[in-house]
Amino acid sequence: MTTETATPRLSPPTPERDSFWYLLRAEWTKFRTVRGWVIAVLITVAAITAFTFLGADVSGGCTQVGGSHAAACPAPPTGPGGEPVTDAFYFAHQPVTGNGTITVQVTSLTGRVVVPPAGSESDGPQTGPGLPPWSKAGIIIKENTSQGSVYAALMVTGTNGVRMQWDYVNDTPGLAGTVSASSPRWLRLVRDGGTVTGYDSADGTHWTLVGTAALPGLTSAVQAGFFAATPSDGNYTTATGVFRHIGLSWPATGWTGTSVGGVGLNNSAPFPGALRQSAGTITVTGSGDISPDTGDAMSLQRALTGTFFGLIPLLVVGAMFITAEYRRGLIRVSLTAAPRRGRLLAAKAVVIAAVGFVAGLVAAALALAVGTPVLHRAGILLWPVSVFTEARMVVGTAALLALAAVLALAIGAIVRRSAPAVAIVIVVFVVPYLLVTGPQQDNGSTGVEEWLLRITPAAALSVQQAIPQFHQVIAIYRVNAGYYPLAPWAGLAVECAWAAAALALALYLLRRRDA
Amino acid sequence: MSLAARVSPTPHQVIRAVQAAGQALHSEWTKFRTVPGPAWLLAGVVALTVAVGAAAASAARCSSATCGQDPAKVSLTGMYLSQAVVAVAGVLAIGDEYSTGMVKLSLTAVPRRLTWFFAKAAVLTAPVLVASALAVAGSGLAGWLILPGHGFTPAHGYASLTAGADLRAAVGTVLYLTLIALLSLGVATAVRDSAAAIGLVLGLLYLFPIAASLISDATIARHLQQIGPMPAGLDVQATIGVNSLPLTPWQGLGVVALWTAGALLLGASVLEFRDA
Repeated sequence: MTTETATPRLSPPTPERDSFWYLLRAEWTKFRTVRGWVIAVLITVAAITAFTFLGADVSGGCTQVGGSHAAACPAPPTGPGGEPVTDAFYFAHQPVTGNGTITVQVTSLTGRVVVPPAGSESDGPQTGPGLPPWSKAGIIIKENTSQGSVYAALMVTGTNGVRMQWDYVNDTPGLAGTVSASSPRWLRLVRDGGTVTGYDSADGTHWTLVGTAALPGLTSAVQAGFFAATPSDGNYTTATGVFRHIGLSWPATGWTGTSVGGVGLNNSAPFPGALRQSAGTITVTGSGDISPDTGDAMSLQRALTGTFFGLIPLLVVGAMFITAEYRRGLIRVSLTAAPRRGRLLAAKAVVIAAVGFVAGLVAAALALAVGTPVLHRAGILLWPVSVFTEARMVVGTAALLALAAVLALAIGAIVRRSAPAVAIVIVVFVVPYLLVTGPQQDNGSTGVEEWLLRITPAAALSVQQAIPQFHQVIAIYRVNAGYYPLAPWAGLAVECAWAAAALALALYLLRRRDA
Repeated sequence: MSLAARVSPTPHQVIRAVQAAGQALHSEWTKFRTVPGPAWLLAGVVALTVAVGAAAASAARCSSATCGQDPAKVSLTGMYLSQAVVAVAGVLAIGDEYSTGMVKLSLTAVPRRLTWFFAKAAVLTAPVLVASALAVAGSGLAGWLILPGHGFTPAHGYASLTAGADLRAAVGTVLYLTLIALLSLGVATAVRDSAAAIGLVLGLLYLFPIAASLISDATIARHLQQIGPMPAGLDVQATIGVNSLPLTPWQGLGVVALWTAGALLLGASVLEFRDA
């Protein structure tokens, strides 16, 4: 017996129903008609904007952690770029007008360091020889002796070889190795208008270009001479440089010794310096540093403190965007309407990513617009950032939220249950940050935790970094002070990789499993 | 039955009520053990706690007597993750009833809603307690095996694992995880939606320590650490520097217990006074 099957009479697919745009519109309608989800996204925006005030809790502009209400600290001097700087050193100088060249041989750089008193503490701190890596002595051309003025300097350092530094934030290496009487270093600075060029040499005849500093607006009359400084962490006291074979292109007028920034005050050198001259040899002793001052400035990222608070409701919505379909059985209707499962997932990802992006964009822009004046009014000294950095923070936060929502969606599609999906996605964003900044990491951190902010989706927070890390300043660059182990876009790329991998797995499982 | 019997409970009625509670417990236990989800979650609690604890212990180094690392906290680092799994178990215990519509059937079978609710809480408590105890014992064992090789020696001021403070850390962590499960149960009963409930619970747990670490005003940060369930609960794990904690160890666990009691009360009230 044969059965005759009737040819199914399919209506020809309308081009409109077949298009991806139609699917997108369907998913967008699903999203915007669930009141709870829209409210959750609004909470995301509100939380990121509102918690900007959480970052402005520092009173008096003093950043001493521990003392709750320390007396107001005087603001540190600012450099040519508006950034806070440390500018305290001992300067043996004489005036120069117009272009000029200064050449010198450095034969020694030594330092004194506080050693723990062996027996009684009545004698006061004992000092012994010791030289930190960024002790420095060399030649400098500086606009004047006030703190924060424009300069270019060529120096020998404790263990970092010859360096040329200018305008506090710039640093270029020259000859490597430490300086000694048997292995002296020759240094030369040439001023030509608004440009200062540094050369170094091991023998005084063969010169190598170290760096060229553009110092726009450098006045014609400047101070030029020798300096010594050593960054102090409480143990290092002074550094001493010995200079010989001094060659000046201008008529010498005699050296004046000045402690730039004073001694023993706030933002000044902790120990007095000295200038000694004898038979063509000049010896300069000084403490302090010429460098960017990262310790007193805070990251504008404090204005985006609410990111975590806003992230959680968004992650809940992202996961529910698909788990709710499984819970209600709506997924079967959705897949009947859009049998190509990959396209359904893609449409959901596009919609939730767009929602996250727009929410993040609005929230971050509002948080920076509100937060910057709030932080300023709270007396917080912010590291100055360019418009491009601010734009990167806003767009980066938007991308961070968009990718987080996609990751939540993908995990929701993999797990198909709301509670585990939401828990997983919250944990991967929050716990790495908690473990890195946790109270037990204050002491004896091995740095292993930092890897969590390189390999987990939480690495994307680096896109909000608004304070640069300077290799020439030794400090503890903590995550909760706004320093991240990865570069801004690299961190975002890590999150992107996670979202892509989860989405690929979700697609594979969605195609393979029964709905 | 006479009118008087309805006003004051007879011994017979008391026995009936106890029997009903026993039956509710029995039926909840049957539900709990016959679905695979809870068992997998609790196995995950043990595996995650021990694995992360062992990894943290392997990464920890103590080179001097002043390294300031707390061996109990290092060994129990896995709790940061496993409390989320415990929270999922607590949320799903009641969330699944609502998401599948089972709750209507359950309440038809046990019309006394509070009896049903507390039977559920009791059935959740026992397995979570056991799983947490296994997890903490495993982490402690891992720490005991690994940490002395990484500088956590008596020479650096670390006594043996069986010291009173270590025992307190272990017992306290087991109780903490159990309280978090009950807290999640209460929140989920009040919210009736698994996703929203887990978002709320994890937000409550994780956002307090994040806020405390971002705030530089020491007074506010300390208050946040005192009222937040996670930072307060973590105080019970401290074996060094106990005197400088924002709360004493058992006070910290008391804060968690208060949060849990509040959540259970909220959940019970919502259950009692709202339509299911």
